[in-house]
Amino acid sequence: MEVVMAITVGVLYAAGFYMILRRSLVKVIIGLALLSHASNLFLFTVGGLTRNGTPLISESGVMEAEVYADPLPQALILTAIVIGFGVQAFALVLFKRVFQTVKSDDLDELTTTEQAEVTS
Amino acid sequence: MISASPSSHSKSDTSVIGQLARSVVLCLLPLIPLAITTWLAMQFEKIVSGETLTFEIAWVPSLGIEASFFLDAFSLTFALLVSGIGTLVMLYATSYMTGDLRKWRLFGWLMLFLFAMLGLVTADNIIVLFVFWELTSISSYFLIGHKHEDATARASALQALLVTGTGGLAMLAGLILVAMATGTDQLTEILDQPELIRQSPFVTGMAALLLLGAFTKSAQFPFHFWLPDAMSAPTPVSAYLHSATMVKAGVYLVARLSPAFAGVPFWDFSVIIAGTVTALLGGFLAWQQTDLKRILAFSTISALGTLMLLLGLGTTYAVQAAVLFLVAHSFYKGTLFLVAGAVDHTCGTRDITRLGGLMRHVPGLGLAAILAGVSLAGVPPAAGFLAKEFVLKASLGSDWPELLTAVVFLISLFFVMVAGLVVIKPFFGSSESLPQMLHRPDARLVLPPLFLGIAGMAAGLLANVYGKPIVAGAMAAISPDVKIKSLALWQGWNLPLMLSLVALVSGGVLYAVRQPMISLFAPLTRFCVVFPTDVYRASLAGLNSMTRWQSHLLQDGRLRVYLLVVLITLCSLVAGTLNVVNLPTEASWLPLKPYEMMMPFLILCATLMAIRAKSRMAAICALGVIGYAIALIFVIFGAPDLAMTQLAIETLTVLLFVFVIYRMPRFATLSGRKSRVRDAIVAIIAGGLMSVIALVASMSHVPSRVSEFYANNSYTVAQGRNLVNVILVDFRGLDTMAEVTVLSIAALGIVALMRLQFRSVSDSTDSVKEEDAEVKDDMDNTKADTESVERLTHDSHIDNDSDISKRNP
Repeated sequence: MEVVMAITVGVLYAAGFYMILRRSLVKVIIGLALLSHASNLFLFTVGGLTRNGTPLISESGVMEAEVYADPLPQALILTAIVIGFGVQAFALVLFKRVFQTVKSDDLDELTTTEQAEVTS
Repeated sequence: MISASPSSHSKSDTSVIGQLARSVVLCLLPLIPLAITTWLAMQFEKIVSGETLTFEIAWVPSLGIEASFFLDAFSLTFALLVSGIGTLVMLYATSYMTGDLRKWRLFGWLMLFLFAMLGLVTADNIIVLFVFWELTSISSYFLIGHKHEDATARASALQALLVTGTGGLAMLAGLILVAMATGTDQLTEILDQPELIRQSPFVTGMAALLLLGAFTKSAQFPFHFWLPDAMSAPTPVSAYLHSATMVKAGVYLVARLSPAFAGVPFWDFSVIIAGTVTALLGGFLAWQQTDLKRILAFSTISALGTLMLLLGLGTTYAVQAAVLFLVAHSFYKGTLFLVAGAVDHTCGTRDITRLGGLMRHVPGLGLAAILAGVSLAGVPPAAGFLAKEFVLKASLGSDWPELLTAVVFLISLFFVMVAGLVVIKPFFGSSESLPQMLHRPDARLVLPPLFLGIAGMAAGLLANVYGKPIVAGAMAAISPDVKIKSLALWQGWNLPLMLSLVALVSGGVLYAVRQPMISLFAPLTRFCVVFPTDVYRASLAGLNSMTRWQSHLLQDGRLRVYLLVVLITLCSLVAGTLNVVNLPTEASWLPLKPYEMMMPFLILCATLMAIRAKSRMAAICALGVIGYAIALIFVIFGAPDLAMTQLAIETLTVLLFVFVIYRMPRFATLSGRKSRVRDAIVAIIAGGLMSVIALVASMSHVPSRVSEFYANNSYTVAQGRNLVNVILVDFRGLDTMAEVTVLSIAALGIVALMRLQFRSVSDSTDSVKEEDAEVKDDMDNTKADTESVERLTHDSHIDNDSDISKRNP
C-alpha cells in the first residue's frame, strides 16, 4: 500500500510543480492547492499507515486498538490542512486583486514594481 | 584641485561653544599619536636590549584565537614611524583640511588607520594580523575616496581596495596554510620552526599566496598601477598611507617571514624579480610625470621595489640596507609629499611645468624640500645617502654583481632626477608661469615637513651613534645570522661612493636633458602605464559581465524561472544524497486491498483532469475530487479527525474557488510548447523524487517516543480520550494558538485586499474618466472589468507573446 501511496504523492507533487511553473495566474493557484494536498498526503504516508488504528482511548483508560496510528503526524496534518486553506484563500484574493490592478494574468508581465505605461 | 580653500570656511556652526569644542578636539588630534610615540620611545631602551614586549587577551577562545601582540626591534621601528609620522600628518591635516566640511570623517579614518597599522606591525596572531591588514585597506579605500563626488576618486578607491583586498585574501589563505604546517597561529612560534615550513609539500603555494598579499599591498609589479591612481586622496593621506606607512606593510610581511621563507627558491626568486622590475619601472616612469604627487608616487613604487629586492637578496649588506632605506625613505618621501601638498595649497597647482621660484615665497617649505631632496638624491649627510651606500654594497656583494649594480645605479640616477624635479624645478626654476599666489601656508603646513626633513638629516648624522642597536635588532628579526656593519657616514673612498658620485653627476645631466628623453621613451612609457590598467579594467569588466550573465540566467525577474531554479537545485542536491541512504532490507508493508485502490486511482484521474482541464470549473471540481478522496484515505487509515477537517475545508475551498475564480480570466495557454515540455520534465523528476523520499521515509519509520508519551499521558494528565484532539488543544495548545493567529491574519489580509480593491477600482475609473472622454460616459465598473477580462483572454489566446498592456485602451 505504501508504494501506491508514494506514487500518488509523487503524481500530486509533479502536477503541483508543473502548475506553479505556468505563466497563467489561475493555474498557479490550482498548483498551490495541488501542492497542499500532496504535502498532507506525504506527511500521512511517511507517518506510517495503519488500518483501523484510530488513536482513541477507551472509557477504561487503555488504547482501543491493538495497533494504533501515530497521533503526532495526524496532529501536524490537521494543522497543515487548516493553514493550507488560509494560504490558498489569501493567495486567491491576492491574485484576484493583482489581476484587477494590472489587468493581466500573465506572470511574465508582473516583473516590475513600476506602474505600466498606459497607452491609449 | 585643492580640497581646502580658505574662502569656503564652514558656516554651518556659528555658535561660540561649538567652535571652541572643535578647536579643542583639533588640537587634541595630533596629541594621540604623539602620546603613542612617546610611549614607544620610552620602550626603546628595553627593546634594543633584546627584550620583546608581549600582550595578549582572549579574543575567540572557542576557536583558540588570541589577540596577541609583540613588540620587538623591527616592530618598534615600524611603530615609531607610524605614530611619529602620524603625529606630524595629523598636525598638518588640521590646517590642510580647513574648510573641508568632511574633514572630521577624514580624521576619523586617519585615526582608524593609525591604530590598524600599529596593530598590523605588532600583531603576533596571524588572524589578528590579517584583520588589521584588511582594516588598513578599508581605511585606505575611504581616504582615497574622500572626495566622493569625484568619479575618478571613487574609481581609484575601488581599484585600490580590489587589488589590495584580493591580495589580502590570498595572504589569509597562505597564512592558514602556514598555520596548518606549523600547528600554531602565533607568528613568533611559526618563525621558531622554519624547518616545518620548508619541509611542507605546500611551501611553494604558501610562498605564492603570501607574496600575492605582500606584492599587491606594496604596489609591486604587476600590481603597481593602483598606487599612482590613489593620489586622488588628499595629500596628507598620500604622505601617510601611500608613501610612508601602509604601502610598506607588504615589505613588513616579507621581512617578517624571511626567517621562515628565505632560501625557498620560489620565494627568493619572486621577491628579487618583482623587486627589480618594480624598482626600475617606478623609477623610469617617475621622472616623466608632471604632477608632483604622481612623480612622488612612481618614485615610491621604485623605492618599494628596491626594498623587496634587498629583502630577496638577504645578505648582511642587503638586510642592513633594507632597514636603513625603509627609515630614510619614510622620512624623505613623507616630507616631499607634505611639501607637495603645501605647494598645492599655496599655488593651487601641482603641475611642475607651471611651478617655479617658490623659494622666495615660501622659504620654510623650500628648506624642507631641500633637506628631503638631498636625502632622496643620496647626498651626504642625509639618511638617504647612508641607505644608498649600503644598497650599492649589497648589489656589489650579491651573486650577480654586474647586473644588480647596474640596476641599482639606474635607480639612483632616477632618484637624482626625481629630486631635481620636485625640489629644483618648483623652488628654483623659472617663475614665469607661476600662478598667482592664493595664500601663504600657515605654520602647521610648514613645520611638519620641515621637522620631518630635519629628522631625516639627523637620522643620517646620528645613525652610527644612536641608531645602531635598533638597526641591529631589526636586522636580527629579518635574518638571524647577519651582523651589523658600521653606520658611519664616511666609510672611506670605496666603489659605492664612486658610483654614488657618478650617479649624482650623470643624474644632474640627465635632468637637464629630460625633455627629449621623454619623447624618446614615449611609446614604452605609454605601454607601461596603460597596459596593467587595461588588464585590470578588462578583468573587472569581465567579472561584471559574467555576474550579469549568471544573475540573468538564474534570476531573470520571472517567478517561474526562480521556481525552476529552486526545483532543479533541490533535485540535484537531494538526489545526490539518496544513494548513501541505507535502505532496510525488508519492510513490513501493508498488503494491498482492491477497494482501497479506488482512492489513489481517483486522485490520479482527478489530478490529470486538473492539469488538462480547459475550463476553470472542471479544474475546481477535480481539486474537490482529490480533496474528498484524500479524506477517504484518512478514514481508512485511522484518522477520522483528519477526514472530518479535510471534508469541511475542502468544501469551503471549492466554494471559495467557485466564487472568486469567476472574477479571474479563463485558463490561457501562455507558455510555448517547448517550455511546457521542459517544465513537465522537471516536474516529473521532482515528483518522482518526492515519491522516492516518501517510500524511503516510510520504510525507515521508527515509532517515536513522543507519541508513546502522548498515549500514556493523554487520559491521565489531560483528561482526553482522543489523542489527536488532546495534542492539538492541550499538549501543543500554543501551536494551535499560533495557527489561529495565522488564520486571523490571513482573514484580515483578505478583508483588506477586498476593501482596497473596491476603492481603487473606483479611483482608477475616475482617472480613466479624466483621461478619456469617450469611454467615460458608458463606463460601468463591472462591465469595464469583464470587458477587459474578455479581451485579455482573447488576446492571449491569439498571440502568446503579445504585449497586452499595449493593446488595452
